[in-house]
Order: sequence, then structure tokens, then C-alpha cells
Amino acid sequence: MDLDYHALAPELVVAATILVVLGLDVALPRPRKYWTAFAGVLGLALAAVPLLTLAFGDGPETRSMLGGAYVVDGFALVLKAVFIVGGYLVLLMSVSYIESDRYYQGEYYLLMLTSILGSLVMASSRDLITLFVGLELVTGPLFLLAGWRKGDAKSNEASLKFFILGVLSTAILLYGMSFLYGLTGSVTYEGIREAGADLLDSGAFRLAVLFTLVGFGFKVTAVPFHFWAPDTYEGAPTPVTAYLSVGSKAAGFVGLLLLCYKALPSVTEIWGPALWVLAALSMTLGNLTALRQDNVVRMLAYSSIAQGGFILVPFAAAAVSSDPAVIQEAASATIVYVIIYAFMNLGAFGVVIAGARRTGSTMIDDWAGMWRYAPRLAVLGAMFFFSLAGIPPLAGWYAKFAMFLAILRPGNAWATALAVIAAVNAVIALVYYARIGKTMWMDHVPEGTDTAARPVSGSLALALGISAIFVVVAGILPFEFAGVFADLAKVVTTGI
Amino acid sequence: MDWFESAGLSLIVFLPAAGALALFAVPKAREDAQKWVALLTTGLTAVLAVAVAANFNYGGSEKFQFEVSQSWIPAIGARYHIGVDGISLPLLVLSAVVTVLAVIYSWDHWEEPRNVRGFLALILLLATGMNGTFVALDLVLFFIFFELVLLPMYFMIGIWGDSAKRRIPVLGRTVTMRLYAAIKFFIFTLFGSAFMLLGFLALYFRSGDFLGENTFDIPILIALGSQNAFGSGTFAFLVFGAMFLGFAVKVPMWPFHTWLPDAHTAAPTVGSVLLAAILLKLGSYAFLRISIPILPDMAREWAPFIGLLAVIGIIYGSLACLAQTDVKRLIAFSSVGHMGFVMLGIATMTDVGFNASLIGMVAHGLITGLLFFLAGSMHHRYHTREIARMGGNQKLMPWMGGIFAFTAMASLGLPGLAGFWGEFMSLLGAYRPLAGLSLSQFQTYMVIGAVGTVLTAGYMLWMLQRVNLGEPKAEWSDHEFHDVEPTEWLAWAPLIVAIVAIGVYPRIVLGATTDAVVNLARTAFGG
Repeated sequence: MDLDYHALAPELVVAATILVVLGLDVALPRPRKYWTAFAGVLGLALAAVPLLTLAFGDGPETRSMLGGAYVVDGFALVLKAVFIVGGYLVLLMSVSYIESDRYYQGEYYLLMLTSILGSLVMASSRDLITLFVGLELVTGPLFLLAGWRKGDAKSNEASLKFFILGVLSTAILLYGMSFLYGLTGSVTYEGIREAGADLLDSGAFRLAVLFTLVGFGFKVTAVPFHFWAPDTYEGAPTPVTAYLSVGSKAAGFVGLLLLCYKALPSVTEIWGPALWVLAALSMTLGNLTALRQDNVVRMLAYSSIAQGGFILVPFAAAAVSSDPAVIQEAASATIVYVIIYAFMNLGAFGVVIAGARRTGSTMIDDWAGMWRYAPRLAVLGAMFFFSLAGIPPLAGWYAKFAMFLAILRPGNAWATALAVIAAVNAVIALVYYARIGKTMWMDHVPEGTDTAARPVSGSLALALGISAIFVVVAGILPFEFAGVFADLAKVVTTGI
Repeated sequence: MDWFESAGLSLIVFLPAAGALALFAVPKAREDAQKWVALLTTGLTAVLAVAVAANFNYGGSEKFQFEVSQSWIPAIGARYHIGVDGISLPLLVLSAVVTVLAVIYSWDHWEEPRNVRGFLALILLLATGMNGTFVALDLVLFFIFFELVLLPMYFMIGIWGDSAKRRIPVLGRTVTMRLYAAIKFFIFTLFGSAFMLLGFLALYFRSGDFLGENTFDIPILIALGSQNAFGSGTFAFLVFGAMFLGFAVKVPMWPFHTWLPDAHTAAPTVGSVLLAAILLKLGSYAFLRISIPILPDMAREWAPFIGLLAVIGIIYGSLACLAQTDVKRLIAFSSVGHMGFVMLGIATMTDVGFNASLIGMVAHGLITGLLFFLAGSMHHRYHTREIARMGGNQKLMPWMGGIFAFTAMASLGLPGLAGFWGEFMSLLGAYRPLAGLSLSQFQTYMVIGAVGTVLTAGYMLWMLQRVNLGEPKAEWSDHEFHDVEPTEWLAWAPLIVAIVAIGVYPRIVLGATTDAVVNLARTAFGG
């Protein structure tokens, strides 16, 4: 078996980092454990280097291994870049948060890096087995991470709920996948695509497709498979929540993209309507429930459910059209949305971590008048939350814009109806995002708030800075960015 | 002057934004330096806008000038395409000039919680959004600038606005006005513009059927519209309707106007001025720039409906004014009426009507802007906006009272002042609307509009009588009043001069607009 070590380099670097962290954790005395954090952050940054040489080097555009089961192409590279940068930001946010808890630092970085490694594998997976291994590698460590604050009952609840529903969804997913294999006789996307075309009328095949969709529905917290998310998000340590809502969610969408566009393009009439419903429900219920939240983390949990709905919208466009241009645009809209969402949501969580340190609370009302004692944080807060709301010139507008563009292109009545639902939801979402801006900027500082200056740790500031720059630059100049993704979508959808 | 041809408009748009960034390089405590940064950037912007007007070729005002078209988001074919023609030029100059005046007025009028740097930065960001909307010739660019004004205005109202409590019957609870008004403004406008965006995208996709590739370019879409490419079927109907929602909320037309009195009343003085003088024009301008030329058949079909809402707005606004006890709220409702005349002019779909709407927009910007300045200054002195507690203003502050009387006269449409032309010409337009529109219907609108002018005169004079005339109330007997202060003179004098100048010599505006609107009516409706 010949492996292309250059193509695998990012994964290998991350894997090596995991081992180094493990070794350091064993070797270092307790007061020195923070070295594991350095090693983790540094290792992940190094993993980006081979990514660059792969992207801009002279090698072949597509590197295929393991009989086509593992492929490194433009699509995989960009998503790996997102996972690495996103993971890097999460690690930066974790440093001071985890350090202040003073226990299990080494294990934390070990598990986090393992989960990131899983997402890198997913981006390259081109058969069901690799996809499944990658997905479990992403999710497994998160069960433990969600219960990190083990003295806290909420954290335990978070972990348990996540674990039980995670296992359930995995079981459903595997069941569906086993049917897919049984009916098509293949585990590769290509094989399923070819065989699937003849199985349109098979009830078992339809069921198989629906089961896999349900499995991924849990991973991307689509309504009605979202029940675990709010409690888990609230109970888990905030950096872990940030990772859950961005990294692991994006991994779920990558799996969905690969399955729908690469493995099952011939059965759009099965997954199209199903995802239409999931998108409409997620947007609407996510938003309406978010309106009623008083805890900023719970609010972000529901908001991320709603954002997941927006990300699903372009799938419905791809399902109603056989025009490759439309399908391509839909795929690229989803990818663009996932990437922009990743940065703005991570930024929002960074603000939550900093805000919670500052005020000692994640209740929205306790943040009242924050601009008076933490003006920079208040500016960043307004920026990320209004970006999530999609207000120009912050990057969120382009994500929504690309989504609308994709869903309106087919000119189909159902697709247009979904666009209208999305438009109404964009307005509803503003209400709760604006509430954060209102509280931080327009309300009076509550009596007894400790307004003494408390500096934000350097690593958290760095994470916030990177996200902020991205949110502004990608909002004003989306061109480079958008061009790259139009090309990528071609890679996703080739062979349809 | 080649650089000016190519970079002039971009500077007008982005200089204020650069100024906003520069503000944050100035230490927080150096308030004077911050004011100077804001004054210099907006001042330079206004000078550039006037220079554009001076170098504008009035013989070809129907053509876009100072045009720049550059690739921006190639993936979707959106371009950085800007330019001015006779329709946008007066509004661009108005916007640039009023912004400077707002900064000048701010010099020594600060509302709590002060924060000079933040407030000035918001004014500058607003300026970028407003100027950008008037020059954008690409639908995506237009959308961005159109939305860009939301955040600064939201924060301006919400932070520096009026903290009075008010009971809102619909909600069944008491709210703080500034918070309520800010979010109401935001949600209403965003609701409209979400649908507007869907309309833009629909145009984009349909344009591909004729051109082979999709485009957001406004001049190209106008060219398609002049051949009636988008037809008059369901598609055009829905697209027009979607854009109508976006623009009508912004104008605002009755019944989408309810955000306006709250926002105006709660906003700090400068916020009210910019809102009234410029932001309301974004909607009515968009009808002339986008809806009508691109979907002329639909415009004709919707015209009676638009006219109906316009005259309802005129009458409703006037009647509501009669019932107001708060000076600012009264002026806010008068805006509903005045924008009704603007929209009535547009609804006639004739060059006379379009001209009426444009000069009406400029006049309303000057007059209502000045009225809000005055209301703010009077509030500063009386610490109340209750009309009932004022009275004898003329005796307490002769200059202030005089300017107030002058502006109220201008607002009620006194011939010889700027407000006259918009009302008069829009009624004139309604007398003879576009061929094919029901003559009797529009003439009815004209009569209702004329009744509206009488009502306008009625409430304006009544307000003037209660505020300006009579004896000062006893509660002010040992209260000292400062008459108009230097910064106020500086901020108001240009407006007063412009109101008289346009009133006496309307060609200042019409000279730029006439060829452009004649061309607009001809390409859209033939003949």
C-alpha cells in the first residue's frame, strides 16, 4: 500500500502533536503542565504548513490513496484549513480557561487535538468507513470534554445527554450506512452513486438514505434532532461549547455535503424534501426559542441551531435542479456559510468567555452597560453578534447572501418558499442578536457590578483579534474568498 | 483633474469611514481633537460633493457621470460600480452638507452619556452609508450601503436617545423609549430589506435569460427595463412587491410608518436630523433609481396603489399632527405627510411628478432637518418638548422664535420657500398622470392632497401659535434663556440660505434633475 506522506502531513503533524502532549503530560510536574498547552497550540499551527505546501506547491491537484477512499483535493484542503484554524482559535480560547481550573490540562489538549484530527480525516474521506471513523474520532473525545467540569452537575448532565444521544445517532447512522452498503454492494461514494441510480424505487434504499440523514441531523443539531444541544452547550466548558458549535458541527456538514453531493446525487427526491423540512424547522424553531433565552450560552446554542438551518437551505436548491451550475452554487453556498459561520461564532464565544470572566456571569442582563467598563469587549461583542445577524458590512451578510443566491437560482416554487422562510427568519434572528448589543451598550450598569479592570489573557485576545479581522475583511472584500469557493464546489460536485 | 473624475465619488463615500477609524487613533480624553477630525473629514467630503456638482455636466444630466466600475465580487458578477446623474446629485450634495452641519451642531450639544468619540464615529459611518447609497450603481453595493446605515442609527438612538418611559398599548407594558424605538427602527427596516434583497436576486437571475450572464448592474438592468424585458407577469409583480416592501418601509409610507414617530422622538437631535433629512430619502430615491426604470410596466400597475397610500399618508400625517403634544413627535408626523407628497409625485409616473418628488425630497431634507435642529435646541433650553408648556418663545428667544417661524412657514409650503415646489408640482403632476392611469382617480388624489396642504398649514400655524406667540408661561419667569448660539448659527445658516434660494430659484435643483427625469419617464414609459 503506497501512502502519499506529503498529502497526509497535516494529519501526521497533528497525530505527532497528540503524542508529544501525551508525553509531556506524563513527564512534567504539575506546576509545569501548561507546557502541554504550548505544545498543542504550536503543533496545530505547524500542521498548517504542509497544508500551504500542498495548496500552493507543484504537486498534483488531487492526491488519492487507499484505493480512492482517502483523497486530498482542493475541497479537502480548504476544509482542513478551516478545521485547523478553527481548532487553533478554540485552543487559544482554552488556554487561560483551562489553566484557571488547574487540573487535567494535558488530557484536555490531548482530547481536543484528537477531535480535530478526526475532522481532518473526514474532509478527506471518500468512503463510508473512513467517514465513519473520522466522525467518531470527532465526537468521541467530545463526550469526555463536555463533562470536563466534573464537580458541576450541569457539566455531568451535558456529557451524559450528549453521550446517550450521540450513541443513538451513531447507531442510526451506522444502520443506514449498513443498508447502503448492503444494497449497493459498495462503501465508496462512487460505487454508491453508480449503484444507487438503479435503486430509486427500492423502499429499503430510501430508508437507508433517511437513516443516514437522521444520523447527521443529530450531528448538525437540526430540528427535531437538536434536543441534546442546549443543555450540552450550557453545561460544557465554554471553549468546548465553542468547538461543539463550530468544529464538530462543521464536520457534520462536511459529511452531509459528501454524502448528498458525492454519494447520493441521484436520489435528490429523497433527501431534498427531507432537508427542506429540516432547514425550515431548524431556522424557525431555533430562532423562536432563542428569543426567549436569558443565558447567553443557551441563546448561542439555539442560534447555532438556527444557523444550521440556514446552512441546510442550499441543499434544497440542489435537490430541485439537475443543472450542474445550480448544484455547484448550492454546494459552494453551504461551504461559504460554514466557513463564515465558524469565524463569527467562534468570535462570539470568545466574547462570551471574556465577558463571563469579566462579570462572572453568562446571564445576558448581567452584562448591562459593559461598554462603560470594557469598551473594547463591547465593540467586539456588537461586531460578532451583528455579524451573526447578517448585517452588512460584517461577514455574515455574505454568508446569507450566498445562501439566498443559491436557493433562488432554480426559480422553483418550493425553493422560493424556503427563501421566504429564511428571509423572515433573518429578521427574527436580529431581535435576539440585537438584544446583546442593546444590553452591552444601552442599559445601565447594574448596582454592585465589579467594574475593576481585568485584562483579557493574551491568547484569548489573539483569538478574538483573528476572528474580528476575518469578520470585517471577508465582509467588505468577499471576492478572493468567494472565488476560491466557487472552484471548490466544482470539486465537490464533479461526477454528478 | 483626472484623479477627481475617477476617485472623487469614492472619496466622498469612504472619507467619512476613514475618519471614523482615525477617531480611534485619538486618545479618548482629547475631545477637541476628535471633533476636529470629524469636522475635517465631513467638511472635506462636503467640499468634494460640491466640487462634483460644480464639475457636473448639466447638459447630460441623464447620463451617469464620475462613473467608476471595477470588479468586486467576480464570483457573482457584483461590481464596484458608482456614479451620479441628475437624480442622485442633489441628494448626494444634500447628504454631504447636512452631515457637516450635524457635526458642527454637535460641537457643544452633547446628550448623555456623552462619549464624543463614539457619537462622532457613528455620524461618520452613517455618512458613508448614505453617500454610498446615492452613488451605488450595482444592486449588491446598493444593498450594502442601504443596510450600512442601520447599525449606526440603531446605536445612536439606543445609546444617546430619550430615556423617557412610555406605555405601549400593543405590547401591554411600559418601555424605555430609546430602547424601544431603536429596535423597532431596526426590525422594521430589516424586514423590508430582507424582501428587497430577494427582489434584487430575482432580477439578477432573470437578467441572465436576456444577457447570457446574470448581472446586478443597475444601468444594464435599466436598459433591459426600458425594453420591458421583465414583462408584467407574476414574476414582475412579485419582484416589484418585494422591493416595494423594502423601500416603502424606509420612506416610510403609510401603513409602514409606525417606526418613524418613535425613532424621531427618541433619537438625539443629530440623529433625528440625519434620519429626517437623509435616511428617509433612501427609500424614495430607490423607487426612482431601481423600481420604476427596471420594472416600468409594474410601476404603472402599482401606481394607483402607491398614490392611494401616499394620499392616506398625507391626510393621516396631518391629522396625527393635530393631536400631538410633543414638538418632536409633531415634526415626525409631519414627515409622514411630506413624504406622502413625495410619493404622490412618484406615483404619477410623469416627469413633472418625478421632479416634484426630487425637489420635495431636497426641500424636506433641508426644512425638516432644520426643524429637528430647532426642536432639539428648544428642548435643551426648556428641558421639555411639551408644546403646552412652551409659549411666548418669540419673546424669550427672538432669533430662535424667528427661525422657527420661518422654518414652519417653509414646511407648510409657503410660496417663495423651498417647501412650496414639492407640494405644488406633485399636485400638478397628479392633475395629469401618465397616460393609461385613471385620470379621475389621480385627480381625486390631487384634491385630497390639496386638502392635505390646508391641514398642513393648519397644524403648523397652530403649533407656531402655541409655541411662539403669547406670553411665556409663569414657570419660566426666573429661568434664563440663551438665544441662538454661534455653533447653532453656523449649523443653521446654510440651511436657511438654501431654503430661500431653492424657494426663489428652484432651478438649483431642477436644473440638475429635469433632463434626468424626462429621460427616465421616456425610457420607462415611452413618449
